[in-house]
Amino acid sequence: MTEPSDDTLVSRAAAGDRRAFAELLERHYDRIYRLGMRLLGDADAAADLAQDVCVGLPGKLVSFRGDSRFTTWLYRVVVNAARDAMRRAATRRRMENHYGEVEAMQRAPDAARQREAIWLRNSLARLSEDLRTTVVLVVGEGLGHAEAGRVLGVAESTVSWRMGEVRKRLRALAVDEETQS
Amino acid sequence: MSEELERLEAALGADVPEPPRETRERAIAAAMSAFDRQQETMTDGGHRSRWAGWAGATFGSLSRGLASPNSNTYLAFAGAAAFALVAVVVVYLLPLSQLLPMDAEFPEASDAAKAGEATQLDAPHVGEARSERTQRESIALPEVVAETPYAPAADAAAVSAPSAAAADAVRATARDMKSIASERGARGSSPREKLPGRAQEAMAYEEIALHAPPADTGVRVHPAAPAAMTLKQAREGPPQRGYRDQGRDQFADFETNPVKIVAEEPVSTFSIDVDTASYGFVRASLNNGLLPQKNAVRVEELINYFPYDYTLPEDRETPFAASVSVLPAPWNAASRLLHIGIRGYAADDPPTRRANLVFLVDTSGSMQAPNKLPLLVNSLKMLLEALAPDDRVAIVTYAGSASVLLEPTRVEEKGRIAAALERLSAGGFTAGGEGIRQAYLLAGQHHLEDGINRVILATDGDFNVGITDPEELTGFIERQRAGGVFLSVLGFGMGNYNDALMQRLAQNGNGNALYIDSLSEARKALVEEARSMLFPIAKDVKIQVEFNPAAVSEYRLIGYETRLLEREDFRNDRVDAGEIGAGHRVTAIYEFTPAGSGAERIAPLRYRRGQATEAGPGDELAFLKIRYKLPDAEESTLMTRPVTAADAVADVAAAPDDVRFASAVAAFGQILRGGRYTGGYGYDDVIALAQGARGEDRFGYRAEFIGLARLAESAAAMPPLQR
Repeated sequence: MTEPSDDTLVSRAAAGDRRAFAELLERHYDRIYRLGMRLLGDADAAADLAQDVCVGLPGKLVSFRGDSRFTTWLYRVVVNAARDAMRRAATRRRMENHYGEVEAMQRAPDAARQREAIWLRNSLARLSEDLRTTVVLVVGEGLGHAEAGRVLGVAESTVSWRMGEVRKRLRALAVDEETQS
Repeated sequence: MSEELERLEAALGADVPEPPRETRERAIAAAMSAFDRQQETMTDGGHRSRWAGWAGATFGSLSRGLASPNSNTYLAFAGAAAFALVAVVVVYLLPLSQLLPMDAEFPEASDAAKAGEATQLDAPHVGEARSERTQRESIALPEVVAETPYAPAADAAAVSAPSAAAADAVRATARDMKSIASERGARGSSPREKLPGRAQEAMAYEEIALHAPPADTGVRVHPAAPAAMTLKQAREGPPQRGYRDQGRDQFADFETNPVKIVAEEPVSTFSIDVDTASYGFVRASLNNGLLPQKNAVRVEELINYFPYDYTLPEDRETPFAASVSVLPAPWNAASRLLHIGIRGYAADDPPTRRANLVFLVDTSGSMQAPNKLPLLVNSLKMLLEALAPDDRVAIVTYAGSASVLLEPTRVEEKGRIAAALERLSAGGFTAGGEGIRQAYLLAGQHHLEDGINRVILATDGDFNVGITDPEELTGFIERQRAGGVFLSVLGFGMGNYNDALMQRLAQNGNGNALYIDSLSEARKALVEEARSMLFPIAKDVKIQVEFNPAAVSEYRLIGYETRLLEREDFRNDRVDAGEIGAGHRVTAIYEFTPAGSGAERIAPLRYRRGQATEAGPGDELAFLKIRYKLPDAEESTLMTRPVTAADAVADVAAAPDDVRFASAVAAFGQILRGGRYTGGYGYDDVIALAQGARGEDRFGYRAEFIGLARLAESAAAMPPLQR
């Protein structure tokens, strides 16, 4: 017997099928967590985000109408939740100063990976939110420009433009780093 | 592909560590209970389970607050406040008679009262005292709540919170709330006395925002909820289940109009825009201490928000009059402003045309916030006052599905309408057809041949109105417009506001989009200017300005970026444009560089074609053409007027108040959009210019603007971000 498709599960869950909903969660939790992790760069934040998204799903499923792939729709939900989380975190951070950064360094498993993680975080942090989200979807999640566009609600060409922009900015950052060191 | 992108790819592509098993399980379990709650809500539709859901979400946020490794005193405090919030709501839902035997409901609370002086302020140490392990476990809270949806706050929390310290805090909080609650129960009034300072602050805010709406229906969030809300929460409404929408307002991208060279492009064409939604949004944003996002600022809508005393048309045959002034640009001494002010005639009292209005109201969960649905209800009550007894009103609600809440009813039957509005605030929803079709259907049933037929959509941006494809939706609205039913859009709330779509819908429906963030704004939009919104006096109004290359070398249109038309569209009557309502004022401002001044922004070309254009009459700067159709006409009428040196003043100060004020608003909007052409002109200059041009300012709008400009000086841009 073949596995039921996401769409089938969604419509069953929306109709009140508890097992269909459980199956959906089992199938997609890791995806949600992974995208959260990439967008937020922090395991605790990603865990909270994933939980928030999951808890919100029953209410949101109704609004999924099958006009895009379920995963596209889900990406959109996660990206929006992550944006909210980032804004909240930014407000909180003003009070916390740099506690989070120090802590992250202490937790990083090995030096090289840690350096890379810090570089990544710094570079991403210097991009605007739009660019950051776009780059995570395209490079991190491997979405095509068209699909990333559907997730973000922008045109495919906008995604392509943003990727060009990211390239440009990263290059500029690299030049900065060299001149500084 | 650049090296950097490869590096980024490697870093991003590196395997994300698997989610810890217990994290995964917990999230799934929480989601399953949310699912069960949802099912319950769908089946009994009652308030019980809805509130239980909300309580669950609130508990969730508390436990997360405590559990975060970065937890600090502020969060713990907020968490305690969230508990208080739940407790009060639970109490408030009970009939008064059940309030007194409260001890039965809060068995822990009286113990805690004896046990010590633990108060809300003690809560912070809880967060520090607990190990991360126990903090994590406390996240299990939502499930407990879900299983016992109506359990009193103290019990539910005490059962699942393994740490004694947390249980103490909960008891202490519950005790505090209990004392407030029984105080309230006993006296039945003066809820303020026992509240902590922060809560009072919140209440005060609530009153300002809503003028303390009636508390007759027990389910309403206020006034009980704000008692424990932080100021921020009071502003944004009760937390929604799961995560809250925040900062996701959608605006269409647009670029500021560039400078044009008269020799190359002497003609500028655009549609008028009487919308003011952008001003409302900018104000709400600045009042929150944040600079609005660039695309939220449409300069023309900022300018058009204010009433100006432009000359009225001389007779009824022409629906509006245009006045023109030329003055030095306040932000650039070398350039000039061409200010065009249009004013429609004011319809007589009482209105001669009857109105057939259908309100299509979003009652989805996100509309429950106090600055949305309750504000809308009060706004609609005001609008009723502005209507004639003969006019008809109907209400269709939608929240995923649509239903007719009020069949078309004559305004004189105030009781029925008021009763329907009360049901609206309770937020019940039933199944039905598709919202927008339903609304148009009702409008069609009582179509007034010679009257005003209009659907008024009130929403915070959730366009789940039955047609999901925006193209199809705008197409549908366009067809309805052809059938004589127009559309207006009222926007509410922030965080989820879909401005881009609202604008598009209103434009396609021959209507206007308004953003309502306070009762005073509702009064302005729905009472003082209801006539303008409801009674169009001209439609498809287009403006075309041709500059005289002999007098003007460069120009740019300030604002109207989203309303530009092709030159040939001006004469094409099939091309749709904005409508003007009775008494509407519309302002358009160009900045131009006089020919020969040497202040051109664009350097002349080396291989320039010779003087390609014949110079026009020397004293004419430009030629203004306005095309419009009378509301029922198919063919357009043309109105023209030359702009000559006689319209110019030598000094900004010599221009009329209205013109100077509009210029100040124009400068403000441009600075908010990045100030590409305004040079060093700052908010201080805007304030100074506006101060001197306040005029009579009967309703205080201009004073409020000056306040906003001050706020803009200190407002933070959206925090850039982060980890």
